[in-house]
Amino acid sequence: MSATLTRTGGRSDLDYETWLQRLVVAAGVLFLLVALLMPLLTMLVKSVQNGAGEFIGLSNFVDYFGNPALTRSILHSLNIATWTTLIVVSTAFVFAYALTRSGMVAKKGFRLLSMLPLFAPSLLPALSMIYLFGNQGILKDWLPVDSIYGPVGIVMGLSFWAFPHALMILITAFSNSDARLYEAAKSMKTPPWRVFLTVTLPSVRYGLINTIFVIFTLTITDFGVAKVIGGQYNVLATDIYKQVVGQQNFQMGAVVSVILLLPALISFVVERRVQRHQSAQLSSRAVPMQPQKSPLRDGLLALFCTLTCGFLLLVIGMAVYASFITFWPYNMDLSLNNYRFDMMDGGGWASYFNSLQMSAWTAVIGTTVVFLVAYMSEKIKPMPTARKLLQLLAMLPMAVPGIVLGLAYIFFFNHPQNPLNGIYGTMTILVLNTLVHFYTVCHLTAVTSLKQIDGEFEAVSASLKVPFYTTLRRVTLPLALPSVLDISVYLFVNAMTTVSAVVFLYSAETTLASVAVMHMDEAGDIAPAAAMAVLLMMTSLVAKGLHWLISHQILQRTQRWRQR
Amino acid sequence: MTLKLKKTLLAAAVALSATGAHAATELTVYTALEADQLKAYSKSFEQANPDVKIRWVRDSTGIITARLLAEKDNPQADAVLGLAATSLLVLKGQQMLQPYKPKGVEALSGQFVDKDETPSWIGMDAWVASICYNRIEAKKHDLPMPTSWKDLTKPVYQGHVVMPNPNSSGTGYLDVASWLQTFGEEEGWAFMDGLHQNIDRYTHSGSKPCKMAAAGETPIGISFAYRGAKLINQGAPIDLGFPSEGLGWDMEAAAIVKGTENLDAAQKLLDWSVTRDANVIYNDSYAVVAMPGVAKPVPNYPADIADRMIDNDFEWAAVNRERILKEWQQRYDGKSEAKK
Repeated sequence: MSATLTRTGGRSDLDYETWLQRLVVAAGVLFLLVALLMPLLTMLVKSVQNGAGEFIGLSNFVDYFGNPALTRSILHSLNIATWTTLIVVSTAFVFAYALTRSGMVAKKGFRLLSMLPLFAPSLLPALSMIYLFGNQGILKDWLPVDSIYGPVGIVMGLSFWAFPHALMILITAFSNSDARLYEAAKSMKTPPWRVFLTVTLPSVRYGLINTIFVIFTLTITDFGVAKVIGGQYNVLATDIYKQVVGQQNFQMGAVVSVILLLPALISFVVERRVQRHQSAQLSSRAVPMQPQKSPLRDGLLALFCTLTCGFLLLVIGMAVYASFITFWPYNMDLSLNNYRFDMMDGGGWASYFNSLQMSAWTAVIGTTVVFLVAYMSEKIKPMPTARKLLQLLAMLPMAVPGIVLGLAYIFFFNHPQNPLNGIYGTMTILVLNTLVHFYTVCHLTAVTSLKQIDGEFEAVSASLKVPFYTTLRRVTLPLALPSVLDISVYLFVNAMTTVSAVVFLYSAETTLASVAVMHMDEAGDIAPAAAMAVLLMMTSLVAKGLHWLISHQILQRTQRWRQR
Repeated sequence: MTLKLKKTLLAAAVALSATGAHAATELTVYTALEADQLKAYSKSFEQANPDVKIRWVRDSTGIITARLLAEKDNPQADAVLGLAATSLLVLKGQQMLQPYKPKGVEALSGQFVDKDETPSWIGMDAWVASICYNRIEAKKHDLPMPTSWKDLTKPVYQGHVVMPNPNSSGTGYLDVASWLQTFGEEEGWAFMDGLHQNIDRYTHSGSKPCKMAAAGETPIGISFAYRGAKLINQGAPIDLGFPSEGLGWDMEAAAIVKGTENLDAAQKLLDWSVTRDANVIYNDSYAVVAMPGVAKPVPNYPADIADRMIDNDFEWAAVNRERILKEWQQRYDGKSEAKK
């Protein structure tokens, strides 16, 4: 009692606290303005300027649409994205159905294997395609088309890489089921295909639409796969790279970037709308469904999952195997020659350690920033407008393709008048760029877990005059620890494997392993490129393994309240 | 807590941006030399100049040129070593090079040095176009070794030839520039139209076509002689072909970037680049080097290559670079799906 009294005595304490909150919110807004919005705006401005920086209206766009070699890439990108989406979403749909609604065996194993592509750089499947279906590929004769270099290779590589992304959303969608509907259908003797069409499909429709748009965006903006296996089949993302690095035409790079932003923005808007509908779908009286056994269906589904995982393992296994071959295909002895990166392009082993360092910084700083911003936007009261802006800005990175963000960073941070141009070419800009690139998913994870924590904690603490940062440290943070760990490992893995955003931003001292993979491929050193990609994948898997250990060992203590 | 956190973050950011604080001067050198050559170059230079340490930024010619132009207002490079002379001429036109007359430059043969009183760039060596021909794969497809550039337009080679994209690769550009000079503009483009029908793919770098030929991905790669010789020495089943019309070539050259804060160290690099020691190292990879009398034969590299090189007009190739690359892109980039 007396303690409370002494606390209330200092009113300035409260003011100090409010000011601190305002400061953090303001810092969060400023951070996203400087690291995201201003670079993008600079890029928009560049797209209506000429090389000398004079305003020329839409004439860059007129040039662009007058050049069929460039506009053809729009069709190419749409073509690739459509096919990949079709393949990935339908495969993931059946796979997710098998994992959630069937009595299939070995579900855990299938699920584990299906997540493997998340840990590989997107260049890895593309390199594997060369060894599988290239002119010296071991399965060359199986390829129905002339050459793997082109749309077929891109679609195959992207399908591998995008699959777990689709699967994760669809598994969540399928998990929200209401068994009562199925019981009603059964008692009315509805045939199974009708149950599927009238009960199952509608219950996952939002998840399905969401998946389609996420995969479409992922694939239309992809850079790495098309770069390695695309051959002469140009797509928008590789055009940006070519315009910028090959033609020195930064304005045209900005124009293509603006065009590439459009589909991503459309799908972003659609996804937001869908998200709003999704929440009301499941009533609180819903009864979760228990999957029934059905030998024939389960057998077929198990076969399907085996084939799918077989493909994933084949792609990974091929890259691993090829990385140990001395001189494909004329000397098939196993050796470690391809791991001697120091004689290769891309910065050698130093790149690998730079990548480790960059990923560690991104994970540590990123998790802190993401969590603080999410906390401020969810749990405190002052500055409602600023917090609204914060939420909006935090969603935006999802709609910005990596290569566009990278180019925007050159324009913004390499401008001589920018007081921040000192970070150009340093590790800082790589960390900043990677954090912003993967910001949205982290933000959503943090917000979701914060929403699960009752707002009463803050209310009670405030009425007890406990400062918010004490509540944050002693209550909120421990409760949200699982999602904090999820965010950090997500950032680490993506920082290890990303190519698109950082490809414009590294310098001599900050060469990165993922970019080195691309450079080695460009120089024709396919096997060392595969070796580095394998090394990156293994590192990401080790990080994930550590994450799993920590989650299971240490969190058991802090998360005991979740179990009853 | 929050304040402390912010302080930590700030400290971390400062620690991250504070990069080079070493005793020796760090010289940032942009280069398009091959990755496997760099170690020998920096070792020799740093032995002669222990107070300077080289930081290499390496990429293909087109990319390095693009980066230098992009960073024009905020230069990141102190010097350039081993970049195509045609690219350096473009930079010189943009007033981006700091003229300097290295000590001992008189010992170089005149055609390797910028003609100005105080030269803006200094040539190092010449690299020369050639064809990498995989005997094993060629036999499978019944392809004879092409003896002239024009041979490559014959239908028999359809889909079996790979060449570098001149927009990114210096080797690609020297090929295109040499064909336009040898055949004349009109006939040159007509030749490339024909060649385009047979090209399987345009690659990013100039050495990739030869590496692809060496790996059997393609029977024929248009590349350069050094890469071919190197791959033969590694045991690749390839032969080098030297088309009868003459071989395109470009010079690798060095220059100082205007506005460098390390002018002194950059001048030392240029001084080193004209020494006999440096020329001996160039000769490990190139048969034609700037200092007369240094060159010894390189294994598996043709001894008479100097006689096969065309009479190259660098000024023309530099002045027309942008126009030619644009025309090339309009004609051939991203059009290949029409060919099959």
